[in-house]
Amino acid sequence: MKLTIPEEEVMNPGHLACQGCGGALAMRYALKVYGKNSMLTIPACCWAVIDGPFPYTTAGVPLFHTAFETAAVVGSGLRAGLKVQGNEETNVIAWAGDGGTFDIGLQAISGAAERNDDITYIVYDNEAYMNTGIQRSSATPHGAWTTTTPVKHYKKGKKKNIIEIMAAHRIPYTATASIAYPEDLTKKLKKAKETKGFKFLHIFAPCPTGWKSDPKNTIKLAKLAVDTNIFPLYEIIDGLEYTQTKKVKKVKPVKEYTKLQGRFKHLNDEEIQYMQEQTDHNYSILEKKFSD
Amino acid sequence: MKKTMMGNFAASWGAQLSRAQVIAAYPITPQTLIVEKLSEIVADGKLDAEFIKVESEHSAMSACIGASATGARAYTATSAQGLALMHEMLHWAALGRLPIVMANVNRAMAPGWSIWADQNDSLSQRDTGWMQIYASSAQDILDSTMLAYKVSEQVLLPTFISFDAFFLSHTVEVVDMPEQEEIDKFLPPFNPEYKMDVKDPRSFGALTDQQYYYEFRYKMQNAMDEAVDVIKEAGKEYEEITGRRYDLVQPYKCEDADLILVTSGTIAETTNVAVDRLREQGKKVGNLKIRVIRPYPKTDILKTVEGAEKIAVIDRNISNGYHGIFSQELKGALYNETDIPVWGLIAGLGGRDVKVEDIIEMADKTLESDSPQDIRWEGVKR
Repeated sequence: MKLTIPEEEVMNPGHLACQGCGGALAMRYALKVYGKNSMLTIPACCWAVIDGPFPYTTAGVPLFHTAFETAAVVGSGLRAGLKVQGNEETNVIAWAGDGGTFDIGLQAISGAAERNDDITYIVYDNEAYMNTGIQRSSATPHGAWTTTTPVKHYKKGKKKNIIEIMAAHRIPYTATASIAYPEDLTKKLKKAKETKGFKFLHIFAPCPTGWKSDPKNTIKLAKLAVDTNIFPLYEIIDGLEYTQTKKVKKVKPVKEYTKLQGRFKHLNDEEIQYMQEQTDHNYSILEKKFSD
Repeated sequence: MKKTMMGNFAASWGAQLSRAQVIAAYPITPQTLIVEKLSEIVADGKLDAEFIKVESEHSAMSACIGASATGARAYTATSAQGLALMHEMLHWAALGRLPIVMANVNRAMAPGWSIWADQNDSLSQRDTGWMQIYASSAQDILDSTMLAYKVSEQVLLPTFISFDAFFLSHTVEVVDMPEQEEIDKFLPPFNPEYKMDVKDPRSFGALTDQQYYYEFRYKMQNAMDEAVDVIKEAGKEYEEITGRRYDLVQPYKCEDADLILVTSGTIAETTNVAVDRLREQGKKVGNLKIRVIRPYPKTDILKTVEGAEKIAVIDRNISNGYHGIFSQELKGALYNETDIPVWGLIAGLGGRDVKVEDIIEMADKTLESDSPQDIRWEGVKR
């Protein structure tokens, strides 16, 4: 089998992520593909800490830390600043968590997407505000415990469909990706890198600390999310042309995914069954959009 | 070359003459003409700049921050609610030591909705680490833009130039436009020592623990202190090119004055006329216009008021629960240094007109009074 993942490491050793952090691995892959002629802007999120405190940095590329809701537009500013100085080659990546993307950062993302600014926006989605101590976000799935959705009042309601929101902007490239499928992930990163305009990547990134899962299960959980159809892998060109990049041959039950995570421990069979139905329902809607 | 223009267009031309490279803006009355003109200037190819039409003022400032971090000269303009929305990013720009320049049209904060002159918007941003200039004429707005970049890029702190809604933003005045060549010599391209550069990868604004943060603030204070001299030097250099001198304060007939009125913005221009009329009546009144409030020109103020018997500060702003803001600041500066009594006068909030006769009346009342007042509401309907 021919490997598609670049060998070169851009990220330096010494990052401060928790054991089994999906977000750290996602960044490692992203920088492998984007290379050293890239710069990052990161708002408040785990990665604001993972990169290291002043005067340390692990990223290996210039990194501008910014306020929670501003990653996309600081990216636009970086791009404009480079362009006016004659640099159109350097890749600008806005890198944020689900809170900074699904919630507080959505307005600036929508603005940059509508202007089709030439940046790559990557959300590493760990489904809650993990850096502040596991508070629910609009990316938190139904049924999950968080510190603001305690067991007696666990999250009831749907996870916001950020991909549909981005596709509605008709941006040139939108994709979901997973650290459990690195070839698929790097392929999508390459596509995004080669595309002009606003690119949006949604990377599923398990968080052992917030999900109350064993760090050794991070890849397993990321894989199960895909294999249960909870997090299908696909890409969308110009917001219209949907292509499934990883078709699951034998779909696994949602329970296999939930049982490995403490955040779902309180759920009874009825709730698990409801989650299964919701997952099947969501996938049946999405499936119709895929071209053959 | 002399031209007639509205104050807002003086801001646009100032940005053009300064060769702003990235402009990011969101519309708000009465700022809109500034960015409309700049859109035309950029579209016509008269200025080599990227114009980002953002979806909010918060994003306008954020885009300027990103652009400035790459070493580009960034510009924006706003007013009132827009400036308030930027608040978080104003801190970010200043602590990030990014020399962004902005025009702010002084407009009253809502509710009730008001689009008229009032300084509470900009003075609410007093402690963000921005240098603040209060312009009183269209010429002042134009010249202050170049001067602001000159100073900001030297001390690495951002500056905004504030000026009154409509009284200045939409009033046509004669403005002497400097030649681009002269400005290019005065204001060379921005070339920061540290910037977002793939050849020299660094992180900016990372987690800063108790070992370092305190010193960042200390260094900002040093930069503000240094800025006092840098503003003066830039003012002198600018005078050599244009014949127009700018300083942190602008005293008018203060040398022998018994009463010094302390003013800012367009009220300062009106007060000069009032001073002339009062002088005709044999009353020794002077006008001290505060042009820069951050850094605070304490030394210049003390030097100017020395010898005066009374000071009256006219504030088109109010820190509810205390006093007018220029008045508080002035009293703080005088404390321990002199015992000249100070009257704090509130006037013209929400764009109510302050006429020459009003200022003459304020001066007369102060001259007749023996007891200083923290707040005297001028022309209020009780």
